[in-house]
Amino acid sequence: MVNKENKQAESSSKLLDWIDQRFPYTETMKQHITEYYASKNFNIWYVFGVLAMVVLVIQLFTGIFLTMNYKPSAADAFSSVEYIMRDVEWGWLIRYMHSTGASFFFIVVYLHMFRAMLYGSYKKPRELIWIIGMLIFIVLMAEAFAGYLLPWGQMSYWGAQVIISIFGAIPFIGEALVEIIRGDYSISDITLNRFFALHVIALPLALVALIFVHIVALHEVGSNNPDGIEIKEHKDHNGIPIDGVAFHPYHTSKDLVAIIIFLMIFSFVVFFAPDMGGYFLEYANFEKANPTATPEHIVPVWYFTPFYALLRAVPDKLGGAIAMGLAVILPLFLPWLDRAKVKSIRYRGWIYKTALTSFVISFVSLGVLGVLPAEGIYISLARFFGFIYFAFFILMPYYSKIDKTKPVPNRVT
Amino acid sequence: MKNIIKKLLISVAALIFSINVFAATEQSLLVANNNPHDVESLQRGARNFMNYCSGCHSAEYVRYEVIASDLGLSDQQVKEYLMFNAQQTFETINTSMLEVDAAGWFGQAPPDLSLMARAKGTDYIYTFLKSFYIDKSSPTGVDNVVLAGTSMPNVLWELQGHQVNLEEDGINHLELEIQGKMSPEEFDFFLRDTVNFLEYMSEPIRNARRALGIKVLFFLAFFLSLAYFLKKEIWKDVK
Amino acid sequence: MTEKVDQSKRHFLTIATAVTGSAGIAFAAVPFLSSLKPSARARALGAPVEVPLGSLEPGEMVRVVWRGKLVYVLRRTEEMLQRLSGVTEFLRDPDSADTELQPIYASNEHRSVDPEFLVVEGSCTHLGCAPIPQFEVTPSTDWFGGFFCPCHGSKFDLSGRVYKGVPAPTNLKVPPYSFTQTNVITIGIDSGNA
Repeated sequence: MVNKENKQAESSSKLLDWIDQRFPYTETMKQHITEYYASKNFNIWYVFGVLAMVVLVIQLFTGIFLTMNYKPSAADAFSSVEYIMRDVEWGWLIRYMHSTGASFFFIVVYLHMFRAMLYGSYKKPRELIWIIGMLIFIVLMAEAFAGYLLPWGQMSYWGAQVIISIFGAIPFIGEALVEIIRGDYSISDITLNRFFALHVIALPLALVALIFVHIVALHEVGSNNPDGIEIKEHKDHNGIPIDGVAFHPYHTSKDLVAIIIFLMIFSFVVFFAPDMGGYFLEYANFEKANPTATPEHIVPVWYFTPFYALLRAVPDKLGGAIAMGLAVILPLFLPWLDRAKVKSIRYRGWIYKTALTSFVISFVSLGVLGVLPAEGIYISLARFFGFIYFAFFILMPYYSKIDKTKPVPNRVT
Repeated sequence: MKNIIKKLLISVAALIFSINVFAATEQSLLVANNNPHDVESLQRGARNFMNYCSGCHSAEYVRYEVIASDLGLSDQQVKEYLMFNAQQTFETINTSMLEVDAAGWFGQAPPDLSLMARAKGTDYIYTFLKSFYIDKSSPTGVDNVVLAGTSMPNVLWELQGHQVNLEEDGINHLELEIQGKMSPEEFDFFLRDTVNFLEYMSEPIRNARRALGIKVLFFLAFFLSLAYFLKKEIWKDVK
Repeated sequence: MTEKVDQSKRHFLTIATAVTGSAGIAFAAVPFLSSLKPSARARALGAPVEVPLGSLEPGEMVRVVWRGKLVYVLRRTEEMLQRLSGVTEFLRDPDSADTELQPIYASNEHRSVDPEFLVVEGSCTHLGCAPIPQFEVTPSTDWFGGFFCPCHGSKFDLSGRVYKGVPAPTNLKVPPYSFTQTNVITIGIDSGNA
């Protein structure tokens, strides 16, 4: 019995040697899984990175199976989605997972980004991780936007019409650019076809590549933690950070709990509220695209509404487009806008705490305002919150410097 | 931190409240109050739909065989009571009217009803079907409070009777002038069944997905308990 | 690390979690794999096909398509039926012993419900080419007419039975069919289930 087990172990290590001579399998596993040390004091904010990976996998899988039945043409797209929902066995589940997954992607990514702002994860030496992350966010927005046209419902059509027209605001090249994006004089079969190509090949490829680089960069410098302390500065005699624990089995077992809780919330939406009151699947999108009749309220899907509210708050076509573009781009410069000596909010003063709170309130409020019609008080409110949004970034070099910080402990708490 | 979260919650709640206020002032619809779990109501609704709607409206994504199995009807019953325009149960619900003819008669082709309940909501359809009134200036002889200028005639007038609009200060007020074959209560009952069937057609797997959802959540809850204890066990190492 | 770790408990929890997780992945795979099956539309398009026989003269054959597959319906003459028993020695499976290839009601010498009407799939059992009807040939020592596959020279007799020494391994397949009305064959509905 013992002999047999020994033999098995021996032959499996032989196989491993064979592989390791040709591919750094054991080395990679050690470096990134079993001997990657991350702080032991991670809290709930630290699960959203792994959850974003889970959603990515869900989207890739369901996306492949949807592609097998979807038809990217103006004549067939809408009915092929209904074909998936009704005629393909289990097609409804695959489609609901994909549509719910899109919204959850943004939920976890927004929370993941907020975590970085809470604990200063974008600060030195993690500037590049943050920049790659912002690129991921921008590609993700493009991916979601291209995907939203595919069902070819009323909201798909008119939402795309509005968003693409924003590019027309750019001086001199605007109109030409819009025609190049659409490939036609209006949104048409041609536009749908190329958005399909972008959605299923080009953008996912870019997304996966960027995520890979994001993680490689993270593992080079090591994860931040809620105290904003570099755990690598205190190592034991084996060279292992004293406050770190191995990614596997410690963080994996913790992440598994988070993943299951996430899947429960995700399943709840998929099975009990797939349209989420018209926010995940907009009701007007159950009508086929009709270029002759605009729906009464054109609202982009909820994850774009904060930026959409900014677009509408400015009473000028070019100005609105600039405000929207700026709102997306500004966070990219956070590593250099923030002049505070400490990373974590735990050791920052009241100024930054107030600033971050106001920023979150204004971001969420802009999101809600983007759903409401642009009239009366709502426009004033959008301008007010838009002002706070921009002030948060533009004034940061000043207020983050004068903010009184508390002393940072040597070791994690 | 606690303070931040509290402030956030209050401001978000305030804004969400304002959305509801907005929705309420937009239009006032009657409540359909239909029950998608009531199979008998769905069966009556299917019969109503086939008799009164399917002459002009298709439901091009809905197959008779799916209705049969979901509503507990045999193929024979479906063929006898529901299939007027089809030979085989795997066919979808089409109308005998050509789209070109329809566009000529009504100005536009009657819309497909497969997804209407999901696009507009059951309350909207229920209220719409109840809100026709006599209007001599309209080509169909009627107009509708919910969708003014609609090209749809009041196909249910035989059942409901005729309503007149006693408009006052711009506020519509409908009153039954001549009662049809049904009392107002019977007519409401008829509409509720019909709307119920329309909602069923808009998502036939609705009940199935809910039933499956409960099983999935139970499984995940069990998995969660295991994973939780495993995490606790492994983290005993960390001091 | 002073606390003693209960290794057996840890081992049990690890195994239990791994097993449950694998079961979850297996459950989740079911919808994805099932979605690859023919859909309701494919089943609708693959519905039974009716073939009227009224205008079919003896010795004539019609081609119909059922589920995207070519099906031959041949009305055999008296003389053609007599030829069937004469060729058995040249055939690989003259008694249709392979029960997978025809429904039970077509397991006989003439491989059909009504001896007069042969219904076979027009797909050579070698590599799927469509055999050419060659009913009347100059009698030779080894070819008495039937279906000849142009791709690799497989031969089948007037009941779709394969000759010896050709690449095709088995007889032509007989699809499910039945006489649903007088002079109408419905392909796709089994006899006795009409």
